[in-house]
Amino acid sequence: MEAGQHEASEEQRSLLARLPELARRPELGALGGLIVVTLFFIATADKAMFSVAGVMNFLSPAAQLGILAVGAGLLMIAGEFDLSLGSMVAFAGLVFGATLTVWQAPLPVAILVTFTFAVVVGGLNAQIVLKTGLPSFIVTLAFLFILRGLTLVGLKWASDGSTQLRGIRESAGDSLLVRMFSGETLGIPVELFWFVAVAAVGAFILARTRFGNWIQAAGGDAHAARNSGVPVTDVKAILFMVTACCAALVAILTVLDAGSTDARRGFQKEFEAIIAAVIGGCLLTGGYGSILGAFIGSIIFGMVVIGLTYTDIDQDWYQVFLGAMLLIAVLFNNYIRKQAIGARA
Amino acid sequence: MTEGPLLEARDVVKRFGSVIALSGVSLEVRAGEVHCLLGDNGAGKSTLIKTLSGVHRPTEGQLLVKGEPVAFASPRDALDHGIATVFQDLALIPLMSVTRNFFLGREPVRRWGPISLFDREFAASVTRGEMTKMGIAIRDPDQAVGTLSGGERQCIAIARAIYFGAEVLILDEPTSALGVTQTAMVLKCIDEVRSRGLGVVFITHNVRHAMAVGDRFTVLNRGRTAKSCGRYEVTLESLQELMAGGALPAAA
Repeated sequence: MEAGQHEASEEQRSLLARLPELARRPELGALGGLIVVTLFFIATADKAMFSVAGVMNFLSPAAQLGILAVGAGLLMIAGEFDLSLGSMVAFAGLVFGATLTVWQAPLPVAILVTFTFAVVVGGLNAQIVLKTGLPSFIVTLAFLFILRGLTLVGLKWASDGSTQLRGIRESAGDSLLVRMFSGETLGIPVELFWFVAVAAVGAFILARTRFGNWIQAAGGDAHAARNSGVPVTDVKAILFMVTACCAALVAILTVLDAGSTDARRGFQKEFEAIIAAVIGGCLLTGGYGSILGAFIGSIIFGMVVIGLTYTDIDQDWYQVFLGAMLLIAVLFNNYIRKQAIGARA
Repeated sequence: MTEGPLLEARDVVKRFGSVIALSGVSLEVRAGEVHCLLGDNGAGKSTLIKTLSGVHRPTEGQLLVKGEPVAFASPRDALDHGIATVFQDLALIPLMSVTRNFFLGREPVRRWGPISLFDREFAASVTRGEMTKMGIAIRDPDQAVGTLSGGERQCIAIARAIYFGAEVLILDEPTSALGVTQTAMVLKCIDEVRSRGLGVVFITHNVRHAMAVGDRFTVLNRGRTAKSCGRYEVTLESLQELMAGGALPAAA
């Protein structure tokens, strides 16, 4: 019986070994998805979608989501989730807005304060998850509500009873720093530069550094990683903080852009970021994934959300598309994982 | 004392509360020697290797490395004394590449301005070279460990321990879950380790596997040394009988 299983897996292994290098890359599925989605919209959408303005139109939300997806993706590869990501965007938006308008602090201080808050909240998430050994899913789900609630309470306090905080752009004034975080440069929205930069740094760290090796090991098998001398707890704690900082960056970008912040900012972004990362080839079980994939996954996401408005298809179909893509991605990833693990799956 | 044992356990006793796991076991491993540790389930093999590898501290008795008494604080401490243990889980991560696994926790870095990079070229060439020395041709050091056979994985874990300076290698049932071909591969690997002058403690409950590579044999039975002897003093049948806990012949 056992010998028979062994033979079968031997065959599977050699099959996988024969696949060309490219076909084994985790972002392959995302790339295929991008091609399919692009072809779909070329066939069905108005030509305006693929004009320069049209492309910017869908890349802009893709970039905002993508910055979150890079953080969520790295954390997922390390074997943890952060469901408080979307609420963190709202909370960081409140901290940023209140520092600027209520305390009239200069922009650099507001940015610093916002990121400090993100590090503290990310660190708190990490400490609770790692000290108690509870699943990050449930701990950060609690923070999804806590941070969203705190944002509402805080907004009412900062704006005297309203759930929207206005006048942020006026308080920020105009400086080089403002232009780094809002508006356009060379006709390209700044969040796109941030998106590319954050994704490039994330991809580089994952693939080319010692820390990247530790991220994969922490998610692949925390026990084995610890036995090999990897500081698993530190790696995960740092990634919780990085993810929260990604949320803070998105908060600053979108709040400055809108000039106001409200309680619904970042609503459900935690799920969208995880979906983008999964479409990009990240396994829900951790240990495997790609930041380039999460990058492509975010673009697919933006394309579908915005693209439908260019077609005759009812906008309400977008959630159906999204669910279907997620399902296909998970099935595909699961197949790849089984191939990679071979007999031990 | 070059001819003395690399690692020696003297009358090691290990008690967990009122449970006696080991009641006086002695063992020595010399350079270029494979010492087989045999015993049925529950005989105390696991406790003994956990004691040798720094996981447990002996309740009584002594451990000596190259004749010097030692007390290991942790497996890391044992490793610093050149005692490396390859446990059954191998500490390998299936989804990661052979190279990344080989250097996990000890990644070589290359400076590139202020940034330090994981030196992939160096890591890949060392991995390939070390595996070749073990008699295993890795098709592609970037392939996931999960795609390799059980025997190959075992050999990666062994090659890694040696590369990072092990002088004594403790192998916890390396052949237990393997088929015939895979077992042959691991036994060949153990033979290679011996020929490089390392001491090996080979834990198994398969007498055939032990006879294939062993220089010395220690049989544990209910936490005691039932017999300890050299290659020419034993037969397959006598070892088998001892393991089964049969009548003990007069100690050799």
